[in-house]
Amino acid sequence: MPAAPTVVLNARALERTVARMADEIVERADGTEQLVLVGIQRRGVQIADRVAKVIADREGAQVPRGALDITLYRDDLQTVGPRPIIGKTDIPWAIDGKTVVIVDDVLYTGRTVRAALDELADFGRPARIMLAVVVDRGGRELPIHADVVGRVVDVPKGGRVDVFVSELDGRDEVTLVIAGEEG
Amino acid sequence: MSAPLGKDLLGLEHLSAEQITLILDTADPLREISERAIKKVPTLRGATVLNLFYEPSTRTRTSFEFAEKRMSADTVNIATAASSVTKGETLVDTAKNLEAMKIDMVVIRHPSSGAARFLAERIESNVINAGDGMHEHPTQGLLDLLTLRRKFGTLKGKRVCIVGDVLHSRVARSNIWGLTKLGADVAVCGPRTLLPAAIAEFGVTVFDRVEAAIEWADALNVLRLQLERMTGGYIPSLREYNRVFGVTRERLDRSPRDLVIMHPGPMNRGVEIDSDVADGPHSVILEQVTNGVAVRMAVLYLLAGHAPALAEAAKGGDRS
Repeated sequence: MPAAPTVVLNARALERTVARMADEIVERADGTEQLVLVGIQRRGVQIADRVAKVIADREGAQVPRGALDITLYRDDLQTVGPRPIIGKTDIPWAIDGKTVVIVDDVLYTGRTVRAALDELADFGRPARIMLAVVVDRGGRELPIHADVVGRVVDVPKGGRVDVFVSELDGRDEVTLVIAGEEG
Repeated sequence: MSAPLGKDLLGLEHLSAEQITLILDTADPLREISERAIKKVPTLRGATVLNLFYEPSTRTRTSFEFAEKRMSADTVNIATAASSVTKGETLVDTAKNLEAMKIDMVVIRHPSSGAARFLAERIESNVINAGDGMHEHPTQGLLDLLTLRRKFGTLKGKRVCIVGDVLHSRVARSNIWGLTKLGADVAVCGPRTLLPAAIAEFGVTVFDRVEAAIEWADALNVLRLQLERMTGGYIPSLREYNRVFGVTRERLDRSPRDLVIMHPGPMNRGVEIDSDVADGPHSVILEQVTNGVAVRMAVLYLLAGHAPALAEAAKGGDRS
């Protein structure tokens, strides 16, 4: 029984949420000096870009950004059937001693973040790693929590939260689908 | 249970353009792993890969081994001289022994055309052809495609000429299949004695003069001239081969454009290719080597999705 998606955040609301996340990230990182943003492919990368833009506007600082594709670190690769497409990983600077903020769109089981932590460790040893997500929808299967959360959304069983970004989806929006609509 | 590539990679002849593109699209981001301080991802942890080489090979075997290790697979190398054994019997025997050792993948190089298929039909493990006789060398073809695609952005409409001993070359065959499928215009150039009699059936242009090939092409893939071809009566002498078919700076200077120069290695400098061309600004020969590791990682990754044993292991199934 597929239900129509409810809009959780429209474009304006998403913009405000990301701006607040950016402020909180700078606050928690004690400034921008050691700060590095790493977006998780795919939509985390675009969110990280926007966070960086807000930080540039407000702090006048260009925060280094990177992209992480965690496909090769997934714990379910042997069981997912056809191989997932691999995206680009790009960490073009040393992360040793930095405050690395992993940025993603939705936090759910925590397995993606686990994979991202493993992958980051192969690039170096940050002084600290934080997690920033636009939506925390609950349902954790691992002991992982987000430091900066845009919005907590209570998703009933079988439901789904989608974050859309204009760069990839043609619109900025966060929606909630209640019943198990495939997609 | 169908992976996009199926169980084995035996050649490019029977792959679709989509399948080839999938391998290249997968290989491209994998290049980055070899740039890291820790050049390893955990993807194939627990998988065992056997490198079974019935022919001497340094480059291909090393490249496969790097690819396997960077994907965290366990590897075992077996190098066998083919001369001392009867091919058919040995392969069957080998196949049975492999199964008994519970391996997941076999990379095979063999002097007989069709050996990889023969093995693939007899074992459950994934089989990757690392060169079989005069048939195919698909991962070399794929790394050539990746190198050209990175250089040109697309292969569609690009003119690629394969120069040299096409007759004995599995690299040439894999290149012709792959390039044609991805929309490139393909030509060959070499002495008629070193071109297959039925070359026209491949749907490629034939150049008898390397000058004409250079004028036509956007890229040259210069094949290694196997030195035993001279004693076989295919060419009069190495010096004469170089004089007529050698890719030299003087010849390239007469071309209206900068040709991309490829060579699968190992090179005979001063025979099929001159040093100042091989080391020149338009040579992508070392890039080919770098791309080779990424392409082989991609093939391992994509084929492993079809390994029932690995899937069982991941689910906690007992494989003993």
